[in-house]
Amino acid sequence: MRPVIPYVTAALLFGLGVYGVLRRRNAVLVLMSVELMLNAVNLILVTADTTARAVLPHSGQVFALFVIVLAAAEIGVGLAIVLQLYRLRATVAVDDVPLTEPSPPVGGREPAVLDSEAGR
Amino acid sequence: MTGADVLLLALGAVAVGAGVLVVTTKHLVRAGLYLVVCLGALAGDFLVLSAELVAWVQVLIYVGAVVVLLLFAVMLTRAPIGASDDLDRPGWPAALIGGGAGLGLTVLLVDAYRWSTVTLPPAGTAERLGEQIFQSWVLPFEVLSVLLLSALVGAIVLSRPDIGRAGPPGDGRAGRAGPPGDGRAADLVDSEPGGRR
Repeated sequence: MRPVIPYVTAALLFGLGVYGVLRRRNAVLVLMSVELMLNAVNLILVTADTTARAVLPHSGQVFALFVIVLAAAEIGVGLAIVLQLYRLRATVAVDDVPLTEPSPPVGGREPAVLDSEAGR
Repeated sequence: MTGADVLLLALGAVAVGAGVLVVTTKHLVRAGLYLVVCLGALAGDFLVLSAELVAWVQVLIYVGAVVVLLLFAVMLTRAPIGASDDLDRPGWPAALIGGGAGLGLTVLLVDAYRWSTVTLPPAGTAERLGEQIFQSWVLPFEVLSVLLLSALVGAIVLSRPDIGRAGPPGDGRAGRAGPPGDGRAADLVDSEPGGRR
């Protein structure tokens, strides 16, 4: 087995994930690109488990399992944030989100209430 | 080139091709389905690399749970069915940084491993991995269970703005700012955390 093949696959997938995170506007697509990056890391870990003989056997695969669990937690919280963003702003475009909020945080939901009522 | 190499090449090509489609397609739903192809090909890679348990966990959690959650999110955010033109921001920086990262890592790894061969270790079955997890990696395992619990609680608190909000009861419900249109989407969003786990 030539380890360079899965290593190169993982490197290309990681590059694609970085490209997707920077390029996409839709928050759900950004999360998909993050999944691509996490999977590239998983592939690196599993391949490293076959090439490096560690003291503890199968450490790389155990780490890959841990990363999968982390990705599941990340996607749960991430989608909760995205759905909350959609409820507040009626959009999931990440560059429509103002990073500096001028109004004081009165509860976080007040500006959207005003916006939606002004639109009616 | 042995059979394993050919399989790894083919599955890697499928994974990278599907990955390219995930980050370039104009259809939101199709991006999720291409992600299924990409993750499935990676699960095949794991099988060839003798990581049986990781491969099946990948199929169960990624293809079974994560992609379904992503598709739910696509539906709940009222994504258009057809192609949408506003998915991308124009970006040479993205191509530059992404391509730089990918090609840089490729050059590094190719330089490190060249065309060397290794023999595959014994397969990572559930028995062997379970021994490792519950002997050497117990503490990280327990920490991860705490993390999963906190992520669950966090997702519920995020999705229910009426939890932990100062003010009279019922205020959070009455002041809900749903998306324009009927209240169905907001109701779906509210009932979603319960069905998530």
